[in-house]
Amino acid sequence: MKNIINKKKDVEVNETSFKNLNIEGVKYKTSLTSKFERRKKWEIPDGTKVYSFIPGTVVKLFVNEGDKINAGDKLMVLEAMKMKNNISVPFCAKIKKINIAEGERIPKEHLLFEFELTED
Amino acid sequence: MSLKRKVLELKKRRDQVLLGGGEKAIEKQVAMGKLTARERILALLDKESFHEYDMFVEHEARDFDMDKKILHGDGVIIGTGTVYGAPICIFAQDFTVAGGSLGLMHARKITKIMDHAMKLRVPLIGINDSGGARIQEGVNSLAGYGEIFFRNTAASGVIPQISVILGPCAGGAVYSPALTDFVFMVDNISKMFITGPEVIKTVLGEEISMEDLGGARVHSEITGNAHFFATSELECFDQIKKLITFIPWNNSKKALAFAPKKPKSKYKIESIVPGDPKLPYDIRDVIRAVVDDSDFFEVQEYWAANIVIGFGRINGETVGFVANQPLVLAGVLDVDSSDKAARFVRYCDAFDIPLVTFVDLPGYLPGVDQEHAGVIRHGAKLLYAYSEATVPKTTVIIRKAYGGGYIAMCSRHLRADFVFAWPGAEIAVMGPEGAANIIFRKEIMEAEDPEKMRKQKIKEYKDKFANPYVAAAKGYVDAVIDPEETRKLLVHAIQVSKDKTVYTPNKKHGIPPF
Repeated sequence: MKNIINKKKDVEVNETSFKNLNIEGVKYKTSLTSKFERRKKWEIPDGTKVYSFIPGTVVKLFVNEGDKINAGDKLMVLEAMKMKNNISVPFCAKIKKINIAEGERIPKEHLLFEFELTED
Repeated sequence: MSLKRKVLELKKRRDQVLLGGGEKAIEKQVAMGKLTARERILALLDKESFHEYDMFVEHEARDFDMDKKILHGDGVIIGTGTVYGAPICIFAQDFTVAGGSLGLMHARKITKIMDHAMKLRVPLIGINDSGGARIQEGVNSLAGYGEIFFRNTAASGVIPQISVILGPCAGGAVYSPALTDFVFMVDNISKMFITGPEVIKTVLGEEISMEDLGGARVHSEITGNAHFFATSELECFDQIKKLITFIPWNNSKKALAFAPKKPKSKYKIESIVPGDPKLPYDIRDVIRAVVDDSDFFEVQEYWAANIVIGFGRINGETVGFVANQPLVLAGVLDVDSSDKAARFVRYCDAFDIPLVTFVDLPGYLPGVDQEHAGVIRHGAKLLYAYSEATVPKTTVIIRKAYGGGYIAMCSRHLRADFVFAWPGAEIAVMGPEGAANIIFRKEIMEAEDPEKMRKQKIKEYKDKFANPYVAAAKGYVDAVIDPEETRKLLVHAIQVSKDKTVYTPNKKHGIPPF
């Protein structure tokens, strides 16, 4: 947010404050926006970890560590925005670790389950 | 009762309404650092030009003991006036009356003045300062918003619509400003959001202040909802007045012409732009070097600053400028900058404002975040807007015009009327470095000294293609010009394009990618 205050004054074209931006192999001297600097680096999603997509309360857990689960099985009920969301699994797996307990309030992007993928 | 006594009675009634929500509520408004609705109207419009209507309107709500409450003017002031002599319809929500909440009669007053603005074909200014829907009036209040949104859309492109956010504007209410042409916000006073901090805390557990959620800075820099940022209400009013001087009253009129003025001598066009295309400079100085009195009025200055949009005058007439900004992100096109420029192009086209485009860009911003944010869909908006626009379009290629960026920035192919290029312009499918690496990959790889070969091939490519003459040989560029001639040619291009006519096939409307 500081950018605006700075920009209110005339921008001094100051060589040392510029950064390099690589476009098609060419490095351009320029300034970067705060939005650009805040952007998230892309990471390959890890299919064995399940994170919460919304903050809420764990109302019910249907599984235990070590359980073998099949595609379509219910894992838990997450209450968020006054709605009870059924969380189920789209593939077969073994549950390696459960990081939550019933009644727990969890934030967004909280690690809920860790799986071990199974053959069938 | 004599007429004189009746006039006294009228005065008494008026004085009551003029107090709005009463002295205590006014004190509160002042304590928040805000002007009252009436003070705002008076500060914005020409002296003694404001005339108020529907002063004695009363609400009709009967439930929840509302029948015992008197809400002067039902929390909104409407009227007509002038700004620098230009006729204006205006409404201002009065926060001192029931928090400026919107009930049925409040909405009817707003829609009445909107209908007036459409009939009279004059600009509409709306000052928003409201707690939102008046809950006691239930669905009537929602109906009120809907009627306003419908009129905003119907008036879009017919009369200029200006929204001024001077207080809260939350929930559904935000969509009226969002449908209008220009949104003005003031630091620490304006707040816009769909769901407020309290709801976000309850359902999501995230804590955030109103200012950080939807203050003027957020909407000016991050969301792009706001077009103008001011640090005080008075500065905001000056910005509105200045904007009014640049735009026409409606879509069948031209913007008022001013006496032509020369640009200020301190903006010397040749000394602004470095020869090396990798070095930055402020494109706004180039615009200042060609517009009358070097007066460039920038729109959305802080959002997507890698593209610059705004108004200036050439030989006294309003022109809309779109220009890549090498100072920020090397002037690339990306999701936000395409969106920003496309909407501005459509604005200028709707209101018959000629467009001038300055081109200096290395291409599109690479990155997963850009691709996943839909740079294809958003980038297409700019192509659509330029292709569709039938106002006079003049393009000046300053340095780099590579690849898809060259096409998108109002090229000949999107029907620019005139394309000029400075002698240092590089119009090519990509920058020499990238192109040489692809075309001469084999030679470079097989060379004894690949680095030396790469440099040699880059130079070869540069000498052959990194200039404006290849495009000029095909007629894609109309003239290669001395930078000093830029203003002269812009004056001429706009002068000869006055009666430009384009025949387009009959259609209900196109389907732009939004």
